[in-house]
Amino acid sequence: MYVNEAKGDDASRAAPAARDDATLLLQLTNISKRFPGVVALDGVDFDLRRGEVHVLFGENGAGKSTLINIIAGTYPPDTGSFKFEGKDITQLTPHAARVIGISPVFQEFSLVPMLTVEQNLFLGRELTTGGLLNRPAMHAKAKAIIQELGFDLDPDRKVQELSRAHQQMAEIAKAFLTDVRLLILDEPTASLTETEAARLFELVAKLKNAGVGIIYVSHRMREIKQIADRITVLRDGHKVATVNAGDVTETELVELMTGRKIGVLFPEIECRPGATLLSVEHLTLSNGSVKDMSFYARAGEITGIAGLVGCGKSEAIRAIFGLEAIAEGTIQVDGELVTRPRPASMLRRGVCYFPSDRVAEGLALARPVRENASMAALDLPAFARRSVLQRRSERRAVQKIVDRLNLRPPHIERAVANFSGGNRQKVLLARGLTRDISVFLFDEPTVGIDVGAKVEVYELMKELAEAGAAIVLVSSELPEVMSLSHRLYVMHRSHLVAELTGDDINEPEVLSHFFREHAATPAAALMQG
Amino acid sequence: MAGDSAGAAVPTTILDRWYRLYGVIGFMPMLLLVFIILLALFVPHFLALQNIFNVLRSSSYLVIMAAGQMLVLIVGGFDLSVGAVVALTSVTSSLVMVGLKSSLGDYPGIIIFFGVAAGLGSGLAVGLVNGLCVAYLRVAPFMVTLGTMSIATGIAQLLTSGIPVYGMPVSFVDGFGRGLWLRLPTAVYLAVGIVVLVWIMQNFTRMGRYIYAIGGNYQAATVSGVPTRLYLIGAYVICSLLASVSGLALTAQIGSGQAVISSQLTLESIAAAVIAGVSLKGGVGRVELVALAAVFLLILTNAMDLLKIDPRIQTIFLGIIVVLAVALDEIAKRKTRLV
Repeated sequence: MYVNEAKGDDASRAAPAARDDATLLLQLTNISKRFPGVVALDGVDFDLRRGEVHVLFGENGAGKSTLINIIAGTYPPDTGSFKFEGKDITQLTPHAARVIGISPVFQEFSLVPMLTVEQNLFLGRELTTGGLLNRPAMHAKAKAIIQELGFDLDPDRKVQELSRAHQQMAEIAKAFLTDVRLLILDEPTASLTETEAARLFELVAKLKNAGVGIIYVSHRMREIKQIADRITVLRDGHKVATVNAGDVTETELVELMTGRKIGVLFPEIECRPGATLLSVEHLTLSNGSVKDMSFYARAGEITGIAGLVGCGKSEAIRAIFGLEAIAEGTIQVDGELVTRPRPASMLRRGVCYFPSDRVAEGLALARPVRENASMAALDLPAFARRSVLQRRSERRAVQKIVDRLNLRPPHIERAVANFSGGNRQKVLLARGLTRDISVFLFDEPTVGIDVGAKVEVYELMKELAEAGAAIVLVSSELPEVMSLSHRLYVMHRSHLVAELTGDDINEPEVLSHFFREHAATPAAALMQG
Repeated sequence: MAGDSAGAAVPTTILDRWYRLYGVIGFMPMLLLVFIILLALFVPHFLALQNIFNVLRSSSYLVIMAAGQMLVLIVGGFDLSVGAVVALTSVTSSLVMVGLKSSLGDYPGIIIFFGVAAGLGSGLAVGLVNGLCVAYLRVAPFMVTLGTMSIATGIAQLLTSGIPVYGMPVSFVDGFGRGLWLRLPTAVYLAVGIVVLVWIMQNFTRMGRYIYAIGGNYQAATVSGVPTRLYLIGAYVICSLLASVSGLALTAQIGSGQAVISSQLTLESIAAAVIAGVSLKGGVGRVELVALAAVFLLILTNAMDLLKIDPRIQTIFLGIIVVLAVALDEIAKRKTRLV
């Protein structure tokens, strides 16, 4: 072999290979990971070069977060090989990952609420002298990093006292503390203003030039176009494709992601607005997450509320259902004033809320579908007479609803824990159908469920709206809330900033409201300081 | 309107100022101060030297135990076995000391060494079982420690058949247990020393930081690279060891090994921690406040004794105080807002 080294064609063939080896930072081959009841990743290949931004693209539940968690060492893959800088890595722990230069910025923050920003930054790698913490040194370094990042963040504040945007900044700062070789950013701009996001992109560019590999998870097309070198699309735990960012259009990307032509995903819903069933005036919540919000929802219409995570849109509909403390404002259901909303009384008035966090707030996982579905209707004669359960009629009623929702498998005595995300959502929806509900409050109804189940949820909304129900849809997924809503409200930092109808419901228009006033924010901060 | 931001609002009323003070130093020192003044004014003999001695000595044992209990509460756990560890320590250490007397009678130092080692050893064993079960088997701390409590109590009673163990070296009982250094009971120095050590640990070492982090957000601590299981076990082991230390001091003071040393200690250690603002959800707690709360509990009991209040009414009163403390803490938490 080596004798022939001087030969021109051999040398030229060897060169790119050597170059590849040198530029390849991370190489994952045939990675699989299953969790009880789900295959999160199935034979996925992924590689990352030095100085590259590689975007991971896919729907919620496609396996993006499982993949980045495996890279960050949170849990080991079941099968497959993991090579970092050419070396085989096994038994990776979060600590070992940080030591070799893998810094993750998670969307689910890895912050301890009771500790200060500075304490969180250094968590797991405190600076010590003689066995004791070197607090002055850590303080100085924390200050320096926050300054370099250009964040308006006080290192002495406790994380639990920070807004979501500031927590996001702390999370990002945490990744920059050590010598980074591979940076993972999981939707880092979800709660940043445009200026802050721009600042972050500058940093990303700087790191790129320094040869750091960056894995970037995002749904935002604009961002992806701006910073991506390559894009890997995941769907239902499989890798669909890896493409060069310059070679694809937005539409192609979305089609790769959903596995179907767009347009088919969202049904055409007829809009026949009727009476105003829900009207809210000057709503302000005790915790300040919603301020002076007025809106209404009409029968036969889908009313959307869009906004960034943490803008107060979820809190608003939770308050209507009596789950958040209201400081001021009035709520009218079907023309009747509701002074103190409580879930029980709102259900009786025909208002039902579907929580986004189905496990924490929606379902009793260990109990069967039947009990979960009828939970909110046990005061009706069909389910209980004088506090004695009518089990047979309960079974019949629930089975009927479950069949209509296409629950798979349609076994109503099976524990909810044994169903997948999409089917769990159907069980939750079944709860709203057990009684006469005219106002449906959906809070992120398609988070964490697969495309097929999404379509079914949308079909159900269509059915309900066309049958004359008022639907309020709160969603952080822009395409969803834009395509389904007949009327769309946009929230920004606790305030309702726009009401859009018809052709005004388009991405640039909505985004301009998402980020409005951001120019005024630094000025306000200065005045405070 | 633009300047009307949350940060610009400065608390002006007296109530607000008190609230901020409360936020900084906590509820405990203020309550203790008010209490001592009231008691000194209205309860006869409260300020008598002998009485202060007694209160300090008896609160030392609780301070030591409560410091350990606090660590377990901070990691989001619960230790019901501390009282049983005190009993087990008392029995094993006294049995070892009495057993060695015939062969090593001339060397009380060695006898005491082995006795103390046996006592601490039993504490270590219980702590390890607690910690391992919680960290690796993911059993609820409540159930694990309920089980070990039962086991430790059972062993202690089996070993002694319920009869107190007499015959420990004189230097252990009179020199350590009932001795005075600079006119103060030795247990007081022990308690102060332990509180200082735990305070340093909480504020200036990695271990302290990690214990807060684990209780504050276990998942976040794990992904930040904290060896969570190790420190979880560490918290349970320290808690049991401190219970053992308390048991040794108590045994020395009583002068005999007892399997039924005090059934109230477990509850009192949790009560002291909770009154001091330690969160049952984990992540929050300061040892200096816990120590004060333990002293406060003992002063309260002492005052009720001096006032000749029926012991049964005393327990009701203690219960009310604990519930009030937790409720106040919750209300204070709800007052804090997001920025």
